[in-house]
Amino acid sequence: MAGDTRNGTPQAAPDGAPAHTLVISDLVVETRGREPRRILDGVSLHVAPGETVCLVGESGSGKSVSSLATMGLLPKDALTVRSGVIEVEGEDVLSASPKRLRQLRATRMSMIFQEPMTALNPVLSIEKQLDEVLDAHSAATGTERRKRIRDILELVRLPDIERMCRSFPHQLSGGQRQRVMIAMALILEPKLLIADEPTTALDVTTQKAILELVADIQKRLGTSVLFITHDMGVVADIADRVYVMRHGRIVEDGPIGSILREPKKDYTRDLLASVPALSPRPARPATSAEIVLQTSQLTMVYGRPSFFRKGEGTVAAKDIDLVLKRGRTLGIVGESGSGKSTVARCVMRLLDPTGGSIRLRNREIADVSRRALRPHRKRMQMIFQDPNRSLNPRLTVGESIIEGPINYGVDPDSARNKARSLLETVGLPADAIDRHPHQFSGGQRQRIAIARALALEPDLLVADEAVSALDVSVQAQVLDLLDDLQARLGVALLFITHDLRVAAQICDEVAVMQKGRIVECGPTGEVLGNPAEAYTRQLIDAAPGRFWDFPNFRPLAGAHEPSRQDVMVEPAR
Amino acid sequence: MLAYILRRILASIPVMIVVALFIFLLLRLTPGDPAAIIAGDMATPAQLAEIRRNLGLDQPLLTQFVTWSGQLLTGDFGQSLISRTPVLTLIGQRLEPTLSLAIVSMIMTLILSIPMGVLAAWRHRSLTDSAVMAISVLGFSIPIFVTGYILIQVFAIDLKLFPVQGFTSISEGIGPFLQRIFLPALALATIYIALIARMTRAAMLNVLGEDYIRTARAKGLSERIVLFRHALRNAAVPILTVIGTGFALMISGVVVTESVFNVPGLGRLTVDAILARDYPVIQALILLTSGIYVAVNLLIDVSYAFMDPRIRY
Repeated sequence: MAGDTRNGTPQAAPDGAPAHTLVISDLVVETRGREPRRILDGVSLHVAPGETVCLVGESGSGKSVSSLATMGLLPKDALTVRSGVIEVEGEDVLSASPKRLRQLRATRMSMIFQEPMTALNPVLSIEKQLDEVLDAHSAATGTERRKRIRDILELVRLPDIERMCRSFPHQLSGGQRQRVMIAMALILEPKLLIADEPTTALDVTTQKAILELVADIQKRLGTSVLFITHDMGVVADIADRVYVMRHGRIVEDGPIGSILREPKKDYTRDLLASVPALSPRPARPATSAEIVLQTSQLTMVYGRPSFFRKGEGTVAAKDIDLVLKRGRTLGIVGESGSGKSTVARCVMRLLDPTGGSIRLRNREIADVSRRALRPHRKRMQMIFQDPNRSLNPRLTVGESIIEGPINYGVDPDSARNKARSLLETVGLPADAIDRHPHQFSGGQRQRIAIARALALEPDLLVADEAVSALDVSVQAQVLDLLDDLQARLGVALLFITHDLRVAAQICDEVAVMQKGRIVECGPTGEVLGNPAEAYTRQLIDAAPGRFWDFPNFRPLAGAHEPSRQDVMVEPAR
Repeated sequence: MLAYILRRILASIPVMIVVALFIFLLLRLTPGDPAAIIAGDMATPAQLAEIRRNLGLDQPLLTQFVTWSGQLLTGDFGQSLISRTPVLTLIGQRLEPTLSLAIVSMIMTLILSIPMGVLAAWRHRSLTDSAVMAISVLGFSIPIFVTGYILIQVFAIDLKLFPVQGFTSISEGIGPFLQRIFLPALALATIYIALIARMTRAAMLNVLGEDYIRTARAKGLSERIVLFRHALRNAAVPILTVIGTGFALMISGVVVTESVFNVPGLGRLTVDAILARDYPVIQALILLTSGIYVAVNLLIDVSYAFMDPRIRY
């Protein structure tokens, strides 16, 4: 293993073994092409054996590029390393031959990725995907390989291992797939594990389990972990040391305790200050008694038995009772698959509910025909999760915004004037109207989506994970905007989110959903502040960084649960 | 799965009925009279009427259709109007050359086009990629008979590597068989190679951008395994689809190729039958090719499930 260790590298300890598992120094990465753009501008960092180092920053800051460069996986036709050194256990990986690089992968350094849904090959069985790592890097016999596969699957705590081996990725849950990814990355016990947002796509409870798993395996195998994330909560829970990145540079670094308590750079302070608090904001006084939306016994069953189909069907939502008043925000929180989006889509009548009633301003819309629904459509509008995909890329911003009003008979000129003022309302320049969505950032696009939804002057806005794809600082701005618009226009907001922090900051009332049912519903302060149900409690407990008061740079008062905070004030190992 | 196959076979019955009706009417509506062709230039109107009556062509269309389809159901495809031989015998005699041509052509296509497409996608925007795309455009744009005559001129007449034309049965030895079938099969394959290489490239380009390809590379797998095990299997479904729909190209290509290379197969039989307005033979041949087309595409739909475990019927 240590055969390639070079003497004379600056990091080499006296006995010849490198002191750091990973050293990146002065790494410069540029785009290819005539006018190269700097993506990484002199990035230096190191990871010591057994250490967990978090690399944080917003999207586009260069976190992932740093990790891909280490693995030698930069997209060749787009990015190129201009200068700098990357050493893994003392071996220079930038000058390694493609063959040597292949040998190092999975044996010395491994990587797990953000999307467990897409990171596994859909057409190969789990066993095959693990086996080919052993096949590529070891001379183990079939029997040995089979045993090692079963051992590692047990280590990542997957149930029913034999069945798991035969399964294909689509038959597993998101958490199980990420466990398989971890098994695949660690089966040859590499010294360095790079984890690129590995829990971002997972539910909080699953995230918690995966983080614990990584920490546990790390302790057993002595792996060094470079953990890339934008979630300060996760950082607070797992990091020994932190590097903060922005615009391709390291802005600040230090042990976790000093970064959270005494951030020196404004950018770090801003980043921490944007983390929404988990404690609910003070209740707002009710402004109106008018009920905008009321559902009762709302039920949605997919694949109901019919002449061609036997079986029970899948109950996605059952007996949902919600009341939303004018000017108020009702949150629906829960894990993926809990039915929150189904409820949102039924309310919008994008789905036809199989039972129950939906009353919009006291008119029943649950079972009216498409045609009869038309006048109601403009009363309710939706904002979707991903503004990159919800806006038609071929239409200008103006065309997207005026499409709805024109459908309802507004003349084009006044619709365009309205669009201009709406763009200003959501904080964009009025000349944005003639540009296309790709000319805007993610946060700006979500503002456009909000302007589009408001163009019809709806009574009800349904926001389905509307801020989940945004960076925290942008998220905070969009949440402020929604709050502000609500105060001005009195629109009622049905806010679907999996993020309890966001729910705590924007919702007046909250409904917690699990397996298609509402388990708890009430004022946000009560539900999240003092939950009555075990499931709600469980969700809150799983929220990362729950013992830390980020905007005030201190632990939450009264937090005494044993956690990394107790350890992290000590110097890093 | 079995239920699905059964359902698909049942669903192809109405397709075949529509095809049968369509050919029948199309033939009767095109100008040209088989009786006139049989009788020759000097026949009197009385002789013509006699021949028509003998062939049953004086009956109303509906009666003719009912008689024909009734016979079909009992497996009787009728007999040629010209040679008075049963249609099935005629087809049987001509089956081997055509079948050999199609199979050899298909094998050539798969061996050449898929590696070409994979290579072009792997070396996207390189010289290799451009070369593959250029070959593909050429293959599409040159008609088969031109390709055929060029191949004959270069490889048979100038270089004398292959015989000019004709067909040798496989029963006379695999060597002579391959030597004779090589050029016609290649001519027939060009357009198909062009189509499938292009499709493979497009499908591979799509798949190579997927996250699991990055995962496979991060595992330290060789490029060969990444390309063929991880990427190609995921790209298989669109490629298979094109192989199926493109099969129609091959059927029409067979007719031209057999004429150019003087191969005594079904394609030639089709041309001759059409020129002679030999209704029963034309009807049987078109029904046969439609049936094969439907069967090939059913086979391909079923094979999706073997390529992609997410597809279940």
